Order: sequence, then C-alpha cells, then structure tokens
Amino acid sequence: MLFEPPRRETAAMSSITLKVNGTTRVVDVEPSTPLLYVLRNDLGLQGPRFGCGLGQCGACAVLIRNEAVRSCVRPVSASQNVEITTLEGLSHDGTLHPLQQAWIDEQVPQCGFCQNGQILTAIALLGKTPSPTDAQIREGMAGTLCRCMTYYRIQAAIKRAAKGMAAL
Amino acid sequence: MTTRREFLSRSGMLVVGIAAAGSAPASVWIADQQGGQSRTAAAAGGPYPDPDYHQLDSWIVVREDNTATFFVGKTDLGQGTGTAFRQIMSDELDLPFDRTSCVMGSTDTTVDQGGSGGSDALQTDGYPMRRVAAEARRVLLGLAATRFNVPVDQLTVSAGVISMKSDPSKRITYGELIGGKRFNITLTGANVDATTGVAKLKPVRDLKMTGQSPQRYDIPAKVNGSLKWAVDVKLPGMLHARNVKPPVAGAKLVSVDESSVRGIPGFVKVITKGNYVAVVCEREEQAIRAARQLKANWEKPSGSPFPTSDDLFDYMRHATATSSAAPIVVGDPDAAFAGAAKVVEAKYDIPFQGHTAFGPAHAMADPSNDQLTIYSNDMKSYGLRNGIAQFLQVPRDRVRVVWMGGPQAFGRTAADDAGFEAAFLAKELGRPVRIQWMRPEETAWDTKGPAHACDMRGALDARGNLVAVDYRIRACDHNHLGYNEHDTVLIAQLAGMRKSTPNRGGVSMPSEMYGIANRRMAGDVVGLPMVWETPLRTGNLRDPNGPQVTFAAESFIDELAAAANADPVEFRLKLLSAGSNDDSGFKRARSIAVVQAAAKAFGWEARQAPNRSRAGDVLKGRGIAYAFRNQTVVAQIAEVEVNRTTGRVWVKRFVCAHDCGLVVNPEALRRTLECGTLHSLSRALREEARFDAEKMITVDWNSSPTLRHTDVPDAIEIVLVNGDPNPARDDLPHYGAGETVCKPTIAAVANAIFDATGVRLRRVPFTDARVLAALKSI
Repeated sequence: MLFEPPRRETAAMSSITLKVNGTTRVVDVEPSTPLLYVLRNDLGLQGPRFGCGLGQCGACAVLIRNEAVRSCVRPVSASQNVEITTLEGLSHDGTLHPLQQAWIDEQVPQCGFCQNGQILTAIALLGKTPSPTDAQIREGMAGTLCRCMTYYRIQAAIKRAAKGMAAL
Repeated sequence: MTTRREFLSRSGMLVVGIAAAGSAPASVWIADQQGGQSRTAAAAGGPYPDPDYHQLDSWIVVREDNTATFFVGKTDLGQGTGTAFRQIMSDELDLPFDRTSCVMGSTDTTVDQGGSGGSDALQTDGYPMRRVAAEARRVLLGLAATRFNVPVDQLTVSAGVISMKSDPSKRITYGELIGGKRFNITLTGANVDATTGVAKLKPVRDLKMTGQSPQRYDIPAKVNGSLKWAVDVKLPGMLHARNVKPPVAGAKLVSVDESSVRGIPGFVKVITKGNYVAVVCEREEQAIRAARQLKANWEKPSGSPFPTSDDLFDYMRHATATSSAAPIVVGDPDAAFAGAAKVVEAKYDIPFQGHTAFGPAHAMADPSNDQLTIYSNDMKSYGLRNGIAQFLQVPRDRVRVVWMGGPQAFGRTAADDAGFEAAFLAKELGRPVRIQWMRPEETAWDTKGPAHACDMRGALDARGNLVAVDYRIRACDHNHLGYNEHDTVLIAQLAGMRKSTPNRGGVSMPSEMYGIANRRMAGDVVGLPMVWETPLRTGNLRDPNGPQVTFAAESFIDELAAAANADPVEFRLKLLSAGSNDDSGFKRARSIAVVQAAAKAFGWEARQAPNRSRAGDVLKGRGIAYAFRNQTVVAQIAEVEVNRTTGRVWVKRFVCAHDCGLVVNPEALRRTLECGTLHSLSRALREEARFDAEKMITVDWNSSPTLRHTDVPDAIEIVLVNGDPNPARDDLPHYGAGETVCKPTIAAVANAIFDATGVRLRRVPFTDARVLAALKSI
C-alpha cells in the first residue's frame, strides 16, 4: 500500500497585511514566503526582481525605513507594519524622483535589469549621506551588482542627483 | 504573401494600441511592446505565419496621425540599437524621429532578421532597414504625385509632409496619404539582408538624425518600473516550475521520490525525462521549496568528467586535439627563427568564463488553443521558435516567441535552454508554465566562453625588429553549443534527445593588421572527457574567443616590445605601418588612427616598459592593446595602480579610441563602449568558472565574483575616431559596435600591470592573490 504523507497546506497559509507604496494590501500566503514573491506575484509589482535569492546582488531591493532591503531573503511575515516602497512608488503625480531623473539624464541603463536595486540603494545612500564623496559612493553601492557594468554612469548619476537635491 | 487576415490582426491591434497611447515616444513604445502581448488574446488561436520580408507592409506601418512604427527583426539588449534603428529609418523616410516607434523581435510581428548577434545590428541589418524606409518614402511621393497630378520631381518632402515646390500651400501628410492603409509594395532581395525596393539610400550628408544622440526610448520605462519584462508575464492558470539539476556532472537519475514533495502546498507534479527533472507547483515559492526538497537518487558517472580548474591548462596542452584549424603560414618562419638575434616565448592561460546573467534564465510558455507562445528575453527569438518547433515536433506556424526585455544577453546564454524547458513543460501539462533557474544553476550551468591555452614565440632581429611569430592557440571548445539547437540545448542532452556527433567548436587567431614578414599561426580545439550533460558547456560569449586570444597576442606584442627595448605604442605603430595589407574598410589605416588617437588622448610619452619608478606601496603603470573585429577597430590604454601589499589592481583610468565608421548615436555608443570595457575588466580581474573533478564550485556571487562599484575607474575616456581615408564620403559605412571593445581590455590591463611592477601576468584573472604571489616571486 502506498503511503502518502499528510498534506499541510491548511496549516501553512495565513493572512498577512502589507503597506506598499501607500496602499494597504492583504494577502493569504505562507508566512515564511520571501517578500519578493508576494510583491511580484500577488501584488503585481515588477520593480523588485529576482537576481540571486541569496541577498547578494540587490535586484530585489525595496525601501523600508529608508534602507534598501533585500526582499528575496526577508520573510513576508517580517514585513508587516512597515511602509514598503518599490521602484513604482518613487514617482509622484508623474514626477520622477530626482535619482530616477538623473538616471535618464545620464542615460544609465543598458539591459536595465539591476537598475531597481541601483536606484533604491542610491536613494538609501543619499538619505544618509546627502553629499557623498566618490569613495562613499563606491563603498555605499558596492553590494549592488550590475553585469552590464553600468557602474561608471550610475556613479555619475548619483553625483548629478546629489548636486541637484542639495540645490533644492 | 501576407494574408489579409494577418495584416488586419496586426495593424488593427497596432492602431488601437497606439491611438490610446498618444504620441509620447516612450508610451508609444510601451504600447507597442505590450501590443505584442495583447495581440496574444486578439489573435488567439494562431497560426502564426512568418511576416513576409518581401512586403513593405511587414516593415513599416504609417498611421493617420502621421506617425509610423518600424517592425524589425532584431533585439535590443540595452545598447540602444532600437533607438539607432529609428534614427536611420526616420532619416530615410523623412519622418521626424519623435513621430516614430519601433517594434522588435517577436516572431509573429517582425520579419526574421535573426535577432541579435555578431554586433551586426547596424553593420548588416541597418541596410535593409534604411532601404525599406527609403522605399516607403518613394512610394508616398508617388502617391502624392498622383494626388496632385504632378510629376514627382515637382514635390518636396520634409518631416512627413509632402508639398509642391511651386505652391507650398499644396501639401499632404504621409498619414493623410496612407494612414491605416497598406502600401502593397513587393520588395526584392535573395534574403532578408538583401531586402530592397527601388529607392536609393540617401548620401551620408543628408542624414539628419544619424550622428545625433536622442535619448534612448527604452530607458524611462526601465527607470520608473513600468517596463514589462519577460519575467513579469502572468497568465491565467499559470504554473511555476523549477529544475532539479544533476548534483555532479554526468549523474544518471535512478529514481525520484515524489512523496518527498507531495505534501507541499500547491504541489502539482514532478516531471522527469531521462536525467531532466522539474517540479511544478501553483506558486513560485512552492516550486522553489519542492525543488530543494525533492528526494532524487542519482548515480555518479564512473569516470571523472573533467580535470579540476587548477589542472585545466596542463590538461589542455597535453590533450589530443578534437579538431584543428589549417595553420596560417606567411613567409618562412622557421628560417626567420633560426636567424633571429633574440627569441621570446610565453604561454598564456585564460579560464572558462561564464555569461553569469544577472537574472537567471527564465521563460513562460502558453500552450493555449493548441498553439505554443513563448515569452522570452532570448536575443535570438526566431531561432528559439524554430528550435522549439523541431524539439517538440510542432509545426513552426503554431509556435511563436514574444520577445521581451531581460537580463544582459551577450551571446548564447541559458535563456535558450529555459525557453525549451518552459515549452516542454507547458506542452506536458497543458497549462501555461513559467520556469526560472535559481542562482546556483545559472552560475554553474550557463554556457561558458571557452578556456584558452596560448603558446607564443616571437623572433627579433639585432635591431629589435619583429621578424617572425609562431602562435599555437588551443581552445577548449569541443561541442560548442550553437544557438537554440533542438539537439544540443540542455533539456535535449539530459532527456536523451541529443545529436550523435558533437559540434566541432572553433579556434580563432589574433585580429591585428601588423606587418610581420614571417608567421605561423595554428589552432586546435580540445575537449573535456565528458562531452554531454556537463555544466562546462561552451557557447558564444561577447566576441567569442576574442578577449582570450587578444589577451595572449597583445600581451605578447608588449613582451616583444620590452625585449626590443621599444616603447609599446611606437612598437605597434611600426608594425602597423610595416603592413601593406588592407581591405575595403581601410582597416590598417584605421588601426593606425585609433592607436594614435588613444595615445594622444592619454598623453602617452614614449618610453620602454616597465616603469622605473617604483616607490611606495602603490605602483603605477600604463598599458596599451589594440584589436579589430570585422571592420571595427579599437585601441585601449589602461592606467593602473597595483598595491604591492595587497595585490589589488585598480584601473584608475581608461582611454578607448574606437572607429566603427559612421556613428548613428554617439552617446549611446559611448555608453556601450564604457560598459563593454568594464565587462572585460571584470573578466580580467575577477571572473573564472572554477570546478573540482566532478562539479562546478562557482555557484553564486560570493564564489563567482564580478566587478563591483568599488572597482570602477575614476575616468573612462571614449574617443570616437573616423580614420577612413575619405572620412566625409557619402557611403561611409556604419560598422558594428559592442563586441570589438571587449577584445583588448584584458591585455591592456596586463600590460599596465607589467609596466607598474615589472611582473608579467599570463594567467587570467588577475586576482589579488595571484598578483600578490607574482609580486613575491621576483
């Protein structure tokens, strides 16, 4: 006789409340699910992307408390009661965030797949260090990878945006 | 012939999609891209015959609002080729750039121009694009002549408006003439590259947008999060799949224990075929969990599949060649070596290096309505379609590939493999299936650029002239994978559906225009013990073989210059000037031009290497290297700092002089060259696919490091050169860009390290540990 282990899904799912880009959303998922899959597959967001699932590359970054957080290794259950901002949530009334505008002005992306993480990490960097030195930009961005190697223009865009934001 | 139904299903959707989007270029583009998907629903059912490249309507649609969309069979991987296509086509059509949009790469909406590859987007495909746009302009002028009842030569056209020369108040727009209607013009040409109408191309001096730098239209959507990528496609009833790959190369699947995953919520099925294993679940995280949790019993192969990566080069030098290139012999090299004043010898080693795409391979396949639609970022969408049709034995016109954006694709990536896997699983399950590889699979199993072992000899006469070279280049490239081959993609290998005879692979010779009187250049392809079902699969990686061979050749030229007590730039210029060979592209003259331009921009002062001043912990040096690819020539100079206490190499500054003929978009080109340079810098300093005797040990970004923000130079100076003997000629060609720039970087860095330290690095990559060990050895 074939032995079948008991199915466990009834115990696994639970109701999770998330605040994303200013909107409260409720999803019914297994609590240990990484936030990334919920943002992408349940909430229809496409700014955060899967790059490694290991927290090593930055593709999946979202902003939580002004930190660029890696949503691929953060359980959705630990993401409640905080404001989550994704790439889609940066612009307001059609006006881009100054860093997004700097990215266009510098014509930064090649394929563009990593740029979510680059932009959000840069926002977190400028949040802490509004006028970074070149060394601070390099160090602050070091954990966010780009395989098209747009780093040179990313750094130029950060400098451009920092200058513009300081002038405001 | 394009059927009426096909035309209506296409143009109908376009008109709807575009009209809703207004005329803002970025939103038009998004609408066009997404039109490609919404046509899925509209044209549900297929079949999907090939758009006919002999029909002008397949290439250009002009709408009533005097906007036009160009349909081209290429894919833009982020270098801005789509923007460049719009520039050259709007120039020939005489319609303003911002009234145009471009649709690319989906097999049912665009003619098959092969997708991307070989940096040929402008060099080859740009010409049929220009010709069809010129033909559309000619036809529109003819329609206006009929409308006004005057000869064509009494008309003039500007910005999509045709008017009478004698009475400018008599005017009509392209949109008024043909908006929403077909051209119904048959083109000629033996193949898609030869496609042409009757109209002639404009002379270069009349091209207005060409040479300007409009911003790339794809960038805003990449920055604001609105771009829909291939990873983003969602379909009703879709499932998520993950692979379970063999734990060691060549392992045979004995059994899987499905009960080990049956309890996972949302579990649907384990699918196996031979040694191919996939798990399928309702949700993505469930599939990931199931793939990790599945108990599978694998049997290790009896022999070792490959030597370890540390033993690779010794293995390669002693292996029996699987094939050899016919040696290129010029003059009498043996006699020249026999009479030489000095003979220099050196061996260079370049490891396997991966594409290591930033996002792992992925695809979605939809089997609805007895058709197969594959959503993919594969740069060769047309080949993907053909390969899948063959693999699954489905008629071609029931398969289509919708091309969408994705992580960087510089050649034969695992996107090919994932497309086949998604199609296979969707057909098996009868539901849409999305598959994505995980990071360790991507890093371990992606195709690799072949490892090279290069043995070089050179002969100098008593005055330091290079009189002979003897190169033997070995590439570990047996069973090199083609693009989207139904019998070499990974699932075909694992499922036991592979071809019987491996591909031969290839070996390349240095690409330089040096005048060296006596040469012997020979090349072998060697293979690893395990040919199939191994993660050490080779395939094209951004100028296949070029960076490897150029590293050896241009490092060696530097060694010869040092042996001749000559300045490296002067030594090269002397060799270039000694040549008499040239070609229709004036490559020798243009080679001299880029070497001189790089030296001038750098502020190069002649002296021999190495640098005599070596005070302090940080040693400084400079190095040059040069190469060509097809007709494009490039010279690079790297200025490095080598920390002698840590072994760290930092390129402080790059100067890159590049000549690709007529430049369409200088700013987009500059960025492509910057990024290509840094890609090869990453290969120079960081990248190596490493393995023990049974599996890959580079499996993520910690074990497989890449260039980071901290490695970026202070300055990258791009000098765009036009070294054509007649630079203003009206037929100045637009050559390719993208891959050429990747060739010389590794050698330029190695030469700069030698200049800084007096130590010659002949093994890539120049990791801190390797540099430190080399510094200690002297």
